[in-house]
Amino acid sequence: MSERQITFEVLRYNPETDDKPWVQTYSVPCQEDWVVLDAINYIKDHLDTSLSYRWSCHMAVCGSCGMMVNGEPTLSCKAFLRDYKGSKIRVEPLSHFPIERDLVVVLDDFMGKLQSVKPYIIPKKEKPVEEGEYKQTPRQLKNFKQYTMCINCMLCYAACPQYGLNDDFIGPAALALTHRYNLDSRDGGRSQRQEVVAQHEGVWECSFVGACSEVCPKDVDPAGAIQQMKIASTVDWYLEHLMPWRAK
Amino acid sequence: MSRKPYVREVPKTTWYMRNGRYMRYMAREVTCVFLALYMAGLVIGLVRLMQGPEAWQSYLAGLSSPVAILFHLIAFGFACYHATSWFNVTPKAMRIPQGDGFVPGKTIVGAHYGLWGAASLVIIVLMGVL
Ligand code: SF4
Ligand code: FES
Repeated sequence: MSERQITFEVLRYNPETDDKPWVQTYSVPCQEDWVVLDAINYIKDHLDTSLSYRWSCHMAVCGSCGMMVNGEPTLSCKAFLRDYKGSKIRVEPLSHFPIERDLVVVLDDFMGKLQSVKPYIIPKKEKPVEEGEYKQTPRQLKNFKQYTMCINCMLCYAACPQYGLNDDFIGPAALALTHRYNLDSRDGGRSQRQEVVAQHEGVWECSFVGACSEVCPKDVDPAGAIQQMKIASTVDWYLEHLMPWRAK
Repeated sequence: MSRKPYVREVPKTTWYMRNGRYMRYMAREVTCVFLALYMAGLVIGLVRLMQGPEAWQSYLAGLSSPVAILFHLIAFGFACYHATSWFNVTPKAMRIPQGDGFVPGKTIVGAHYGLWGAASLVIIVLMGVL
């Protein structure tokens, strides 16, 4: 197999010794079927054991290997080197998140937001196990299935300029997940989630740039979910104000 | 081990220069300024109409000046860009169930173009051009 020498410019940051991040370059002999993550693993194994980054599955399902590759939020295990022309590739930690160390970002904010939208089924009415399962037709499943594909890779947050400017914004993935549960026929928790969704830092902080959906590796289309929730929230508002007797 | 996360600041005024995607978004948003200017021109026209036939005639004369024509051409171009960039994202906001799936995006976008064409035709007919 043919080899290609590629220079990787990697953003480094060691909280114990550095005041700010800096760029280190590595020259890596790459195989043609490699992805960016393979090259980074090569660096770790052969060139510099101190490099920190996250990964796990190497098959675009765990969502932990997100990085900025040439400025674009990317799953490094899905970024085939053959798609990158030239002899240089720049790798940085995901934009808009604080850097913990090297390519590792701080997840706390995202985790908090995920929790805040109650991403689990809140049944309309609890029923005892003896009464059997909550049934769902294939059509009902289809309504929300797309939004279940999210792997929490946070690429959409790294792409979203609104989140970059204001990190109070609940953000694409958490809102897409909200939509997923709201659309689920077994769920009755929408009004509880609306407290988060309908506030300014919820859907209204989104100005529909659409970058989230463009970078999403799982075609979740968070931008679509957010616009649909804006429409639903607007309908709520009109119902509540024009037909108060219907609101409850 | 001590934690000392490093925050990379996003430039508050030049953030959209960071990539082409943001530039396209800004283009969509900024082009609406020309729509607003065009509307302002229409409002001025109404005011002139109220002021009587002479005012109205001078407004019409102003409209046929080269500068006004140039402005309208530019505004029309930007208005088309603005409108079509919105049309093209409508399927995201409209997810209409159909059979086992959803109405395809192309159909939704196509319907917008169709309505636009139909509305334009009606206006052109009303104006007596056709
Ligand atoms: S919505 Fe897409 S980009 Fe965002 S976290 Fe989920 S899988 Fe990743
Ligand atoms: S390593 Fe799991 S998504 Fe890339």
